Amino acid sequence: MTTTEQHIDPKLITILETVSDPEIPVLSIMDMGVVRSAILENEFVKVQITPTYSGCPAMDVIGDDIKTALKEAGYQCEVELILSPAWTTDWITPRGRKALEDYGIASPLDAEADKDVLLHGKRLVKCPQCGSINTKMVSQFGSTACKAQFQCDDCQEPFDYFKCLK
Amino acid sequence: MKDNLYKYILGIADNSLILGQRMGELCGHGPSLETDIACTNISLDLFGQVRSYYQYASKIAGDGRTEDDIAMLRKEREYLNVLLVEQPNNDFAYTMARHFLFDVYHFLFLTELQKSKDLTLAAIATKSLKEVSYHQRFSSDWIKRLGDGTDESQQKMQTAIDFLWTYTDELFHQTEADKAMVSEGIGVDVTKLKQAYYSKVNSILEESTLIIPESKYFQKGGKQGIHTEHMGYLLTELQYMQRAYPNMEW
Repeated sequence: MTTTEQHIDPKLITILETVSDPEIPVLSIMDMGVVRSAILENEFVKVQITPTYSGCPAMDVIGDDIKTALKEAGYQCEVELILSPAWTTDWITPRGRKALEDYGIASPLDAEADKDVLLHGKRLVKCPQCGSINTKMVSQFGSTACKAQFQCDDCQEPFDYFKCLK
Repeated sequence: MKDNLYKYILGIADNSLILGQRMGELCGHGPSLETDIACTNISLDLFGQVRSYYQYASKIAGDGRTEDDIAMLRKEREYLNVLLVEQPNNDFAYTMARHFLFDVYHFLFLTELQKSKDLTLAAIATKSLKEVSYHQRFSSDWIKRLGDGTDESQQKMQTAIDFLWTYTDELFHQTEADKAMVSEGIGVDVTKLKQAYYSKVNSILEESTLIIPESKYFQKGGKQGIHTEHMGYLLTELQYMQRAYPNMEW
Protein backbone atom coordinates (compact mmCIF):
# COMPACT_ATOMS: atom_id res chain seq x y z
CA MET A 1 0.00 0.00 0.00
CA THR A 2 2.92 2.34 0.53
CA THR A 3 4.74 1.51 -2.67
CA THR A 4 5.36 4.43 -4.99
CA GLU A 5 6.22 2.24 -7.96
CA GLN A 6 3.94 2.02 -10.94
CA HIS A 7 2.92 -1.36 -12.32
CA ILE A 8 1.79 -0.89 -15.88
CA ASP A 9 1.54 -3.77 -18.30
CA PRO A 10 3.80 -2.84 -21.28
CA LYS A 11 1.00 -3.77 -23.70
CA LEU A 12 -1.24 -1.08 -22.22
CA ILE A 13 1.16 1.86 -22.15
CA THR A 14 0.45 3.22 -25.62
CA ILE A 15 -3.30 2.93 -25.07
CA LEU A 16 -3.20 4.76 -21.75
CA GLU A 17 -0.97 7.46 -23.24
CA THR A 18 -3.83 8.44 -25.54
CA VAL A 19 -5.97 9.48 -22.54
CA SER A 20 -5.36 13.06 -21.46
CA ASP A 21 -6.23 15.23 -18.49
CA PRO A 22 -9.44 17.04 -19.56
CA GLU A 23 -8.28 20.25 -17.88
CA ILE A 24 -4.79 20.15 -19.42
CA PRO A 25 -5.41 18.38 -22.74
CA VAL A 26 -1.73 18.37 -23.78
CA LEU A 27 -0.81 16.17 -20.85
CA SER A 28 -1.42 12.44 -20.95
CA ILE A 29 -2.52 10.80 -17.72
CA MET A 30 0.65 8.69 -17.91
CA ASP A 31 2.87 11.78 -17.94
CA MET A 32 0.76 13.22 -15.15
CA GLY A 33 1.54 10.19 -12.99
CA VAL A 34 -2.06 9.52 -11.99
CA VAL A 35 -2.11 5.91 -13.31
CA ARG A 36 -0.62 3.82 -10.55
CA SER A 37 -1.20 0.37 -11.98
CA ALA A 38 -2.71 -1.34 -14.99
CA ILE A 39 -2.73 -5.11 -14.82
CA LEU A 40 -3.83 -7.36 -17.65
CA GLU A 41 -5.28 -10.78 -16.86
CA ASN A 42 -7.19 -12.85 -19.44
CA GLU A 43 -8.03 -9.78 -21.53
CA PHE A 44 -9.43 -8.02 -18.44
CA VAL A 45 -7.65 -4.90 -17.23
CA LYS A 46 -7.60 -3.58 -13.68
CA VAL A 47 -6.56 0.05 -13.53
CA GLN A 48 -5.79 2.07 -10.41
CA ILE A 49 -5.71 5.87 -10.60
CA THR A 50 -5.03 8.44 -7.90
CA PRO A 51 -6.33 12.03 -7.76
CA THR A 52 -4.01 15.03 -7.91
CA TYR A 53 -6.25 16.88 -5.44
CA SER A 54 -9.16 15.33 -3.46
CA GLY A 55 -11.76 17.49 -5.16
CA CYS A 56 -10.32 17.15 -8.65
CA PRO A 57 -13.45 17.03 -10.85
CA ALA A 58 -11.41 15.54 -13.69
CA MET A 59 -11.14 12.13 -12.04
CA ASP A 60 -14.58 10.87 -13.09
CA VAL A 61 -13.93 11.94 -16.68
CA ILE A 62 -10.47 10.35 -16.65
CA GLY A 63 -12.00 7.08 -15.39
CA ASP A 64 -14.57 7.10 -18.19
CA ASP A 65 -11.96 8.00 -20.82
CA ILE A 66 -9.75 5.10 -19.70
CA LYS A 67 -12.69 2.70 -20.04
CA THR A 68 -13.47 4.01 -23.54
CA ALA A 69 -9.85 3.82 -24.71
CA LEU A 70 -9.40 0.27 -23.44
CA LYS A 71 -12.72 -0.85 -24.84
CA GLU A 72 -11.76 0.43 -28.27
CA ALA A 73 -8.59 -1.61 -28.01
CA GLY A 74 -10.66 -4.69 -27.20
CA TYR A 75 -10.27 -4.89 -23.43
CA GLN A 76 -12.84 -5.05 -20.65
CA CYS A 77 -11.72 -3.13 -17.59
CA GLU A 78 -12.44 -1.78 -14.16
CA VAL A 79 -11.05 1.48 -12.79
CA GLU A 80 -10.39 1.94 -9.10
CA LEU A 81 -9.61 5.24 -7.37
CA ILE A 82 -6.90 4.91 -4.71
CA LEU A 83 -5.70 7.55 -2.24
CA SER A 84 -2.53 6.01 -0.92
CA PRO A 85 0.23 6.74 -1.60
CA ALA A 86 -0.88 10.32 -2.15
CA TRP A 87 -0.03 11.89 -5.50
CA THR A 88 2.94 14.23 -5.67
CA THR A 89 4.13 16.57 -8.43
CA ASP A 90 7.35 14.48 -8.49
CA TRP A 91 5.37 11.91 -10.48
CA ILE A 92 4.98 14.24 -13.45
CA THR A 93 7.46 12.90 -16.03
CA PRO A 94 10.10 15.10 -17.74
CA ARG A 95 8.04 14.81 -20.92
CA GLY A 96 4.98 15.96 -18.95
CA ARG A 97 6.85 18.97 -17.58
CA LYS A 98 7.87 19.92 -21.11
CA ALA A 99 4.26 19.58 -22.31
CA LEU A 100 3.07 21.87 -19.48
CA GLU A 101 5.65 24.54 -20.37
CA ASP A 102 4.78 24.35 -24.08
CA TYR A 103 1.11 24.77 -23.16
CA GLY A 104 1.87 27.92 -21.13
CA ILE A 105 1.84 26.49 -17.61
CA ALA A 106 4.99 26.83 -15.51
CA SER A 107 5.92 23.41 -14.11
CA PRO A 108 6.51 22.90 -10.38
CA LEU A 109 9.83 23.89 -8.79
CA ASP A 110 11.30 21.78 -5.99
CA ALA A 111 9.71 22.03 -2.56
CA GLU A 112 12.14 24.59 -1.10
CA ALA A 113 11.97 26.95 -4.07
CA ASP A 114 8.18 26.56 -4.16
CA LYS A 115 8.01 27.76 -0.56
CA ASP A 116 10.28 30.74 -1.33
CA VAL A 117 8.02 31.70 -4.19
CA LEU A 118 4.62 31.20 -2.55
CA LEU A 119 5.50 32.42 0.94
CA HIS A 120 8.29 34.94 0.53
CA GLY A 121 7.55 36.36 -2.91
CA LYS A 122 10.92 35.34 -4.39
CA ARG A 123 11.17 35.52 -8.16
CA LEU A 124 12.11 32.04 -9.28
CA VAL A 125 9.27 30.82 -11.51
CA LYS A 126 10.18 31.02 -15.18
CA CYS A 127 7.60 32.70 -17.42
CA PRO A 128 6.47 30.08 -19.96
CA GLN A 129 6.03 32.81 -22.58
CA CYS A 130 9.33 34.73 -22.54
CA GLY A 131 11.53 32.71 -20.17
CA SER A 132 12.16 35.56 -17.72
CA ILE A 133 12.18 34.84 -13.98
CA ASN A 134 11.08 38.39 -13.22
CA THR A 135 7.66 37.01 -12.24
CA LYS A 136 5.33 37.53 -9.29
CA MET A 137 2.53 35.62 -7.65
CA VAL A 138 -0.92 37.14 -8.09
CA SER A 139 -2.80 34.52 -6.08
CA GLN A 140 -1.98 31.22 -4.39
CA PHE A 141 -5.07 29.70 -5.97
CA GLY A 142 -5.47 29.56 -9.74
CA SER A 143 -7.91 28.30 -12.35
CA THR A 144 -7.81 24.81 -10.82
CA ALA A 145 -6.86 23.56 -7.37
CA CYS A 146 -3.41 22.46 -8.54
CA LYS A 147 -2.30 25.84 -9.85
CA ALA A 148 -1.41 29.34 -8.63
CA GLN A 149 -1.77 32.56 -10.64
CA PHE A 150 1.39 34.39 -11.70
CA GLN A 151 2.29 37.34 -13.85
CA CYS A 152 5.51 38.12 -15.72
CA ASP A 153 6.86 41.62 -15.07
CA ASP A 154 8.86 41.58 -18.31
CA CYS A 155 6.35 40.47 -20.94
CA GLN A 156 3.35 41.23 -18.64
CA GLU A 157 1.62 37.96 -19.52
CA PRO A 158 -0.40 36.31 -16.76
CA PHE A 159 0.14 32.56 -16.49
CA ASP A 160 -0.53 29.54 -14.30
CA TYR A 161 2.10 27.92 -12.12
CA PHE A 162 1.64 24.25 -11.24
CA LYS A 163 2.11 24.21 -7.46
CA CYS A 164 4.59 21.78 -5.96
CA LEU A 165 2.79 19.07 -3.98
CA LYS A 166 4.87 16.73 -1.83
CA MET B 1 -17.56 -0.69 16.96
CA LYS B 2 -19.24 -0.26 13.57
CA ASP B 3 -21.65 2.34 14.87
CA ASN B 4 -18.91 4.29 16.60
CA LEU B 5 -16.67 4.24 13.53
CA TYR B 6 -19.57 5.46 11.37
CA LYS B 7 -20.31 8.32 13.75
CA TYR B 8 -16.63 9.10 14.06
CA ILE B 9 -16.25 9.45 10.29
CA LEU B 10 -19.33 11.69 10.09
CA GLY B 11 -17.96 13.88 12.87
CA ILE B 12 -14.84 14.55 10.79
CA ALA B 13 -16.55 14.79 7.41
CA ASP B 14 -19.45 17.03 8.47
CA ASN B 15 -17.02 19.77 9.54
CA SER B 16 -15.58 19.84 6.03
CA LEU B 17 -18.98 19.60 4.33
CA ILE B 18 -20.48 22.52 6.21
CA LEU B 19 -17.36 24.67 5.98
CA GLY B 20 -17.09 23.84 2.28
CA GLN B 21 -20.70 24.95 1.81
CA ARG B 22 -19.98 28.25 3.59
CA MET B 23 -16.89 28.89 1.46
CA GLY B 24 -18.82 27.94 -1.68
CA GLU B 25 -21.33 30.69 -0.89
CA LEU B 26 -18.63 33.14 -1.96
CA CYS B 27 -18.72 31.79 -5.50
CA GLY B 28 -19.36 34.91 -7.60
CA HIS B 29 -19.47 37.05 -4.44
CA GLY B 30 -15.83 37.17 -3.32
CA PRO B 31 -14.32 40.60 -2.60
CA SER B 32 -11.98 40.24 -5.59
CA LEU B 33 -11.68 37.75 -8.42
CA GLU B 34 -8.55 36.13 -6.95
CA THR B 35 -10.12 35.76 -3.51
CA ASP B 36 -13.32 34.44 -5.02
CA ILE B 37 -11.37 31.75 -6.88
CA ALA B 38 -9.32 30.93 -3.79
CA CYS B 39 -12.41 30.46 -1.61
CA THR B 40 -14.10 28.22 -4.14
CA ASN B 41 -10.87 26.24 -4.65
CA ILE B 42 -10.79 25.66 -0.91
CA SER B 43 -14.44 24.69 -0.96
CA LEU B 44 -13.71 22.17 -3.72
CA ASP B 45 -10.82 20.65 -1.74
CA LEU B 46 -13.10 20.24 1.26
CA PHE B 47 -15.90 18.64 -0.79
CA GLY B 48 -13.34 16.30 -2.33
CA GLN B 49 -12.20 15.20 1.11
CA VAL B 50 -15.81 14.84 2.21
CA ARG B 51 -16.53 12.47 -0.68
CA SER B 52 -13.73 10.16 0.45
CA TYR B 53 -15.06 10.14 4.02
CA TYR B 54 -18.71 9.59 3.05
CA GLN B 55 -17.83 6.85 0.57
CA TYR B 56 -16.07 5.10 3.41
CA ALA B 57 -18.95 5.77 5.83
CA SER B 58 -21.35 4.34 3.27
CA LYS B 59 -19.29 1.16 3.10
CA ILE B 60 -19.21 0.90 6.91
CA ALA B 61 -22.97 1.45 7.22
CA GLY B 62 -23.57 -1.18 4.54
CA ASP B 63 -27.31 -0.45 4.38
CA GLY B 64 -27.47 0.88 0.83
CA ARG B 65 -27.11 4.53 1.74
CA THR B 66 -24.82 6.25 -0.76
CA GLU B 67 -22.38 9.11 -0.19
CA ASP B 68 -25.03 11.47 -1.62
CA ASP B 69 -27.70 10.19 0.77
CA ILE B 70 -25.38 10.80 3.69
CA ALA B 71 -24.50 14.29 2.51
CA MET B 72 -27.94 15.44 1.39
CA LEU B 73 -30.66 13.55 3.19
CA ARG B 74 -29.97 13.78 6.87
CA LYS B 75 -31.95 15.96 9.26
CA GLU B 76 -30.34 18.86 11.06
CA ARG B 77 -29.90 16.95 14.32
CA GLU B 78 -28.04 14.20 12.49
CA TYR B 79 -25.19 16.47 11.37
CA LEU B 80 -22.30 16.30 13.79
CA ASN B 81 -20.18 19.30 12.78
CA VAL B 82 -18.90 21.81 15.32
CA LEU B 83 -20.81 25.07 15.66
CA LEU B 84 -17.82 27.09 14.45
CA VAL B 85 -18.03 25.98 10.82
CA GLU B 86 -21.74 26.78 10.41
CA GLN B 87 -21.37 30.44 11.44
CA PRO B 88 -22.38 32.77 8.59
CA ASN B 89 -20.20 34.88 6.27
CA ASN B 90 -21.24 38.16 7.89
CA ASP B 91 -18.37 39.93 6.17
CA PHE B 92 -15.01 38.87 4.79
CA ALA B 93 -13.34 39.21 8.20
CA TYR B 94 -15.79 36.66 9.63
CA THR B 95 -15.21 34.34 6.67
CA MET B 96 -11.44 34.39 7.09
CA ALA B 97 -11.48 34.32 10.90
CA ARG B 98 -13.77 31.27 10.89
CA HIS B 99 -11.62 29.57 8.32
CA PHE B 100 -8.42 30.36 10.16
CA LEU B 101 -9.74 29.14 13.51
CA PHE B 102 -10.76 25.88 11.86
CA ASP B 103 -7.65 25.48 9.66
CA VAL B 104 -5.25 25.52 12.58
CA TYR B 105 -7.28 22.74 14.21
CA HIS B 106 -7.75 20.86 10.95
CA PHE B 107 -4.01 20.82 10.27
CA LEU B 108 -3.16 19.49 13.73
CA PHE B 109 -5.98 16.95 13.59
CA LEU B 110 -5.03 15.51 10.20
CA THR B 111 -1.37 15.34 11.17
CA GLU B 112 -2.40 12.97 13.98
CA LEU B 113 -5.03 11.10 11.96
CA GLN B 114 -2.28 10.03 9.55
CA LYS B 115 -1.14 7.65 12.31
CA SER B 116 -4.56 6.00 12.61
CA LYS B 117 -4.69 2.21 12.62
CA ASP B 118 -7.54 2.55 10.16
CA LEU B 119 -5.65 2.68 6.87
CA THR B 120 -8.47 4.33 4.92
CA LEU B 121 -8.70 7.21 7.38
CA ALA B 122 -4.91 7.50 7.46
CA ALA B 123 -4.78 7.69 3.65
CA ILE B 124 -7.50 10.37 3.49
CA ALA B 125 -5.64 12.33 6.18
CA THR B 126 -2.32 12.22 4.31
CA LYS B 127 -3.98 13.32 1.10
CA SER B 128 -6.03 16.09 2.75
CA LEU B 129 -3.15 17.45 4.79
CA LYS B 130 -1.32 18.60 1.68
CA GLU B 131 -4.37 20.65 0.70
CA VAL B 132 -5.09 21.97 4.17
CA SER B 133 -1.57 23.35 4.51
CA TYR B 134 -2.42 25.69 1.60
CA HIS B 135 -5.71 26.63 3.25
CA GLN B 136 -3.98 27.48 6.51
CA ARG B 137 -1.42 29.60 4.70
CA PHE B 138 -4.18 31.49 2.88
CA SER B 139 -6.33 32.23 5.92
CA SER B 140 -3.33 33.12 8.13
CA ASP B 141 -2.20 35.63 5.51
CA TRP B 142 -5.60 37.30 5.57
CA ILE B 143 -5.64 37.47 9.37
CA LYS B 144 -2.32 39.29 9.22
CA ARG B 145 -3.28 41.49 6.31
CA LEU B 146 -6.54 42.67 7.85
CA GLY B 147 -5.37 42.61 11.48
CA ASP B 148 -2.20 44.56 10.77
CA GLY B 149 -3.91 46.68 8.10
CA THR B 150 -5.94 49.86 8.45
CA ASP B 151 -7.80 50.91 11.61
CA GLU B 152 -11.05 49.80 10.04
CA SER B 153 -9.80 46.40 8.84
CA GLN B 154 -8.23 45.74 12.22
CA GLN B 155 -11.42 46.62 14.05
CA LYS B 156 -13.47 44.37 11.74
CA MET B 157 -11.10 41.45 12.16
CA GLN B 158 -11.03 41.90 15.93
CA THR B 159 -14.84 41.89 16.01
CA ALA B 160 -14.93 38.66 14.03
CA ILE B 161 -12.31 36.96 16.20
CA ASP B 162 -14.12 38.06 19.38
CA PHE B 163 -17.40 36.63 18.11
CA LEU B 164 -16.01 33.33 16.84
CA TRP B 165 -13.68 32.71 19.75
CA THR B 166 -16.47 31.25 21.90
CA TYR B 167 -16.88 28.45 19.34
CA THR B 168 -13.26 27.25 19.49
CA ASP B 169 -13.37 25.19 22.67
CA GLU B 170 -15.84 22.71 21.22
CA LEU B 171 -13.16 21.51 18.80
CA PHE B 172 -11.50 19.78 21.76
CA HIS B 173 -14.55 18.10 23.27
CA GLN B 174 -14.61 14.32 23.03
CA THR B 175 -17.75 12.49 22.01
CA GLU B 176 -18.52 8.88 22.96
CA ALA B 177 -17.52 7.82 19.45
CA ASP B 178 -14.24 9.75 19.83
CA LYS B 179 -13.41 7.99 23.07
CA ALA B 180 -14.17 4.58 21.62
CA MET B 181 -12.06 5.25 18.52
CA VAL B 182 -9.14 6.64 20.52
CA SER B 183 -9.05 3.47 22.59
CA GLU B 184 -8.97 1.39 19.38
CA GLY B 185 -6.00 3.40 18.06
CA ILE B 186 -8.19 4.66 15.22
CA GLY B 187 -9.19 8.09 16.44
CA VAL B 188 -7.30 11.21 17.45
CA ASP B 189 -7.39 12.38 21.06
CA VAL B 190 -8.50 15.96 20.40
CA THR B 191 -7.97 17.02 24.00
CA LYS B 192 -4.23 16.70 23.36
CA LEU B 193 -4.33 19.16 20.46
CA LYS B 194 -5.60 22.06 22.54
CA GLN B 195 -2.28 23.45 23.70
CA ALA B 196 -0.65 23.39 20.28
CA TYR B 197 -3.80 24.96 18.82
CA TYR B 198 -3.95 27.94 21.14
CA SER B 199 -0.24 28.55 20.92
CA LYS B 200 -0.34 28.62 17.10
CA VAL B 201 -3.48 30.80 17.05
CA ASN B 202 -2.01 33.18 19.63
CA SER B 203 1.23 33.63 17.73
CA ILE B 204 -0.59 34.54 14.50
CA LEU B 205 -2.98 36.89 16.30
CA GLU B 206 -0.10 38.62 18.06
CA GLU B 207 1.73 39.04 14.79
CA SER B 208 -1.47 40.53 13.37
CA THR B 209 -1.70 43.09 16.22
CA LEU B 210 -4.96 41.51 17.34
CA ILE B 211 -5.99 41.05 20.94
CA ILE B 212 -6.56 37.51 22.12
CA PRO B 213 -10.05 37.38 23.61
CA GLU B 214 -10.45 36.45 27.23
CA SER B 215 -13.51 34.31 27.25
CA LYS B 216 -14.72 32.20 30.10
CA TYR B 217 -17.84 30.94 28.41
CA PHE B 218 -17.74 28.70 25.34
CA GLN B 219 -20.55 27.48 23.09
CA LYS B 220 -21.03 23.79 22.42
CA GLY B 221 -23.57 21.33 21.01
CA GLY B 222 -22.75 20.77 17.36
CA LYS B 223 -21.00 17.48 18.01
CA GLN B 224 -24.27 16.23 19.55
CA GLY B 225 -26.34 17.57 16.68
CA ILE B 226 -27.63 20.61 18.58
CA HIS B 227 -26.93 23.46 16.19
CA THR B 228 -27.21 27.23 16.07
CA GLU B 229 -30.08 28.91 14.21
CA HIS B 230 -27.89 29.31 11.12
CA MET B 231 -27.71 25.60 10.40
CA GLY B 232 -31.29 25.20 9.18
CA TYR B 233 -30.87 27.94 6.59
CA LEU B 234 -27.59 26.46 5.43
CA LEU B 235 -29.10 22.99 5.03
CA THR B 236 -32.10 24.40 3.18
CA GLU B 237 -29.76 25.64 0.49
CA LEU B 238 -27.47 22.60 0.57
CA GLN B 239 -30.31 20.11 0.31
CA TYR B 240 -32.61 22.08 -1.97
CA MET B 241 -32.23 19.99 -5.13
CA GLN B 242 -32.65 16.64 -3.40
CA ARG B 243 -35.69 17.85 -1.46
CA ALA B 244 -37.35 19.48 -4.48
CA TYR B 245 -36.52 16.69 -6.92
CA PRO B 246 -35.97 13.52 -4.86
CA ASN B 247 -33.35 11.11 -6.26
CA MET B 248 -32.32 13.45 -9.06
CA GLU B 249 -28.90 12.80 -10.55
CA TRP B 250 -26.54 14.75 -12.82
